[in-house]
Amino acid sequence: MAKSDLKIDIRTSPYIRKAPTVAQIMRNVVYALLPLVAYSVYHFGISALALILVTTFACMATEHFFCWMSHKKPTILDGSAAVTGLLLSMTLPPGFPLWMGVIAGFVAIAMGKTLFGGLGYNLFNPALVGRAFIQAAFPVSITTWTPAFAVDRFVEFIPSTLALPFMKPLPTADWSAQVAIDGFTGATPLALMKFQGIITDSYDLFIGTVAGSTGEASTLLILLCGAYLVYRKMLDWRIPVAVIIGTSLTAELFYFIDPSKYPSPAFMLLSGGLMFAAVFMASDMVASPVTPLGIFVFGCLVGFLTVIIRLFGGLTEAVMYAILFANAATPIIETYTQPRIYGARDKVKDKK
Amino acid sequence: MILAKLFGKKTFPKGIHLEEYKDESNVAATRRLPFAPEMIVPLAQHVGKPAKSIVFKGQHITRGEIIAEADGFMSVPIHAPVTGVVKEIGLAKTAQGGKQAAIIISTALSSGQQLIESEQSNDYLSMSREELIQAVQNTGVVGLGGAAFPSHVKMKTPENCAIHTVLVNGCECEPFLTTDHRVMLERIEHLLHGIRITMKCVDAPKAIIGIEDNKLDVLHAIEPYLPDDQSITIKAVATKYPQGAQKMLAYSLLGIEIPSGSRSSEVGLAIFNVATLAKIGSLLPLGHGLIERIITITGDSLENPGNYLAPIGTPLRYILNHAGFTGDEASLIIGGPMMGTPVRSLDVPITKGTGGVLVLDERLTKHNDILPCIKCTQCLQACPINLNPSELGLLAIKRKYDVMEEQYHLNDCFECGCCSYVCPSNIPLVQYFRIAKTLNRERHLQDG
Repeated sequence: MAKSDLKIDIRTSPYIRKAPTVAQIMRNVVYALLPLVAYSVYHFGISALALILVTTFACMATEHFFCWMSHKKPTILDGSAAVTGLLLSMTLPPGFPLWMGVIAGFVAIAMGKTLFGGLGYNLFNPALVGRAFIQAAFPVSITTWTPAFAVDRFVEFIPSTLALPFMKPLPTADWSAQVAIDGFTGATPLALMKFQGIITDSYDLFIGTVAGSTGEASTLLILLCGAYLVYRKMLDWRIPVAVIIGTSLTAELFYFIDPSKYPSPAFMLLSGGLMFAAVFMASDMVASPVTPLGIFVFGCLVGFLTVIIRLFGGLTEAVMYAILFANAATPIIETYTQPRIYGARDKVKDKK
Repeated sequence: MILAKLFGKKTFPKGIHLEEYKDESNVAATRRLPFAPEMIVPLAQHVGKPAKSIVFKGQHITRGEIIAEADGFMSVPIHAPVTGVVKEIGLAKTAQGGKQAAIIISTALSSGQQLIESEQSNDYLSMSREELIQAVQNTGVVGLGGAAFPSHVKMKTPENCAIHTVLVNGCECEPFLTTDHRVMLERIEHLLHGIRITMKCVDAPKAIIGIEDNKLDVLHAIEPYLPDDQSITIKAVATKYPQGAQKMLAYSLLGIEIPSGSRSSEVGLAIFNVATLAKIGSLLPLGHGLIERIITITGDSLENPGNYLAPIGTPLRYILNHAGFTGDEASLIIGGPMMGTPVRSLDVPITKGTGGVLVLDERLTKHNDILPCIKCTQCLQACPINLNPSELGLLAIKRKYDVMEEQYHLNDCFECGCCSYVCPSNIPLVQYFRIAKTLNRERHLQDG
């Protein structure tokens, strides 16, 4: 029996576990993003497909490269790099040059994640770090929007997509004017609101037949995909809900002050990347608080900042900076929102 | 939780739902285990001071005779589980690892194993509280739910605390284990005697038996025996882990929170496990001592899983052979799968606190790599005490044990295992916390 004694593997309680692994969670997030990918390909054609594939691949390659460099066990199979890549590509304009997509992916993983120590240690959402970088590096390309539903979208690339590495992409204005069905200005609903005072119909925003980034267009689809993740318990529903609450309340306040000058809360919620960001970006587990109250504060902060930046800042796509700022505030939010434990003694009572 | 409240279910916030795996062992009635040829009776089977041996090597002893005396109030006596000869008084392996003083007895196999004549029988109705508490100590009964805390100590409540309710804990929320379930079905009268004795000891006007609603057969079985004056009632609470923890049960049944760092008596509660009270109810009136208990022996690779009435001191090897244990690579656990102790050797005995022996299937205990915390908040949503296991785990990795204790309430953790159970990164949070607590205790000792 001495032999069998040796074979008994000493473990500690609890001996049973039932949790999805990190890889399973990440895989499910990828599944939830696939319908959005499909819709954006339908929406914008092969340029969007190429951009999504290239960016995602860049992220995964970067992750693998750094593991190899630092002699670590490869972490590529945990799927988090793929999620980052997909999320990042969804926030880019469909005609974004592919070589810039590669840079975005590299920066997202290298500066947003690996620099902090890899999965679990990043302070900011890596995808947004990547996007913030290229927002600063390529301000023209990232705000060049092309029309949706171009006739030849499944056979022809948007001219800017295939720009040579480190070369200036071709201007798309002529192409856009040529393929646009009627009077396309290349402006997103937010830009229309901000610079021309035109409010796009909420229904179009909800269904997603408007210009915009690759994956942000259809609110309906985003909510459905989010609902799937919530059902699988792989997405914390409290964050999107808090973001929506924060956005609506802040927008409602301004709308109440002057409805002719400020857009309605519905427009605020449905336009730009807000829904996508609320469901997939703000809810990044690592960079958001863990405490119940903290989650609510975090979400509301994202919503509040988004509206403020949209209305008073120079940029239209404000959610990204709102989330990055809230990510930075996460540790301090957590410090002040620790949960009350069972049987905690009332401090006042204790003194008596 | 809100849903459960809407449907009128009594429960506590958070916690987790577990697969029960109870059917293997709870369908058959309790069977008696034969006497093993050699018994190992450790002197420290309870919390507190070990008992003092009063026998010598070669002494003939009779089943039920006192073989070790209580050493002070925080201790209990130990009775001989079999008739036989003291083979040795020395060190023996324990389930916790390491060795401890034990009396090793060679069973007289040809003996009829008659119980020794008890010196006195106790009529508990006419006894004073002090006499009762002494009589409880004489039975040698400790918390049979696993804590092994001497019962008479719990019954001697502090002067300034008036106990209004005795909570009888029949939740048995650990998967696999069914001893309490069988006790409540088979020992109803003993249980009620035990409850009355306890109510008298702590001077409480009422008692509530709390069971999980997966054991409603118990509710129907006990109800006819309950007194008409509503002094003893039975209530079902939601089946959820860790419903059987004192703090959870107090909240589920009465909405009372036991304050952090204090005993249940501070809020007027005395909480006892059903098996403990059933034992007191059967032993005390006759003046007998605790020499056997019901344990669950279960697991996939056993031929005869079920509940067995086993003499205390029976070696694990003997029990497992009897239950048809064939595998040798399985993981053996004493207790339940959430809070039990792994067993290092088959030569350890079962003790007063052993509620079950579990042979866990490999596929349930599959090991995965530990990944970094991704702050998914699952552990916060599972912790019944509402701690922040995620942050505690990160602090443990940084070895900031003092911060864990001072700012994150480490000492309120009772190691139920919910956080580790739900962790997608496989972080052994509970083990981290155990290490942190041990090191903190050592540090406090050094600091004086």
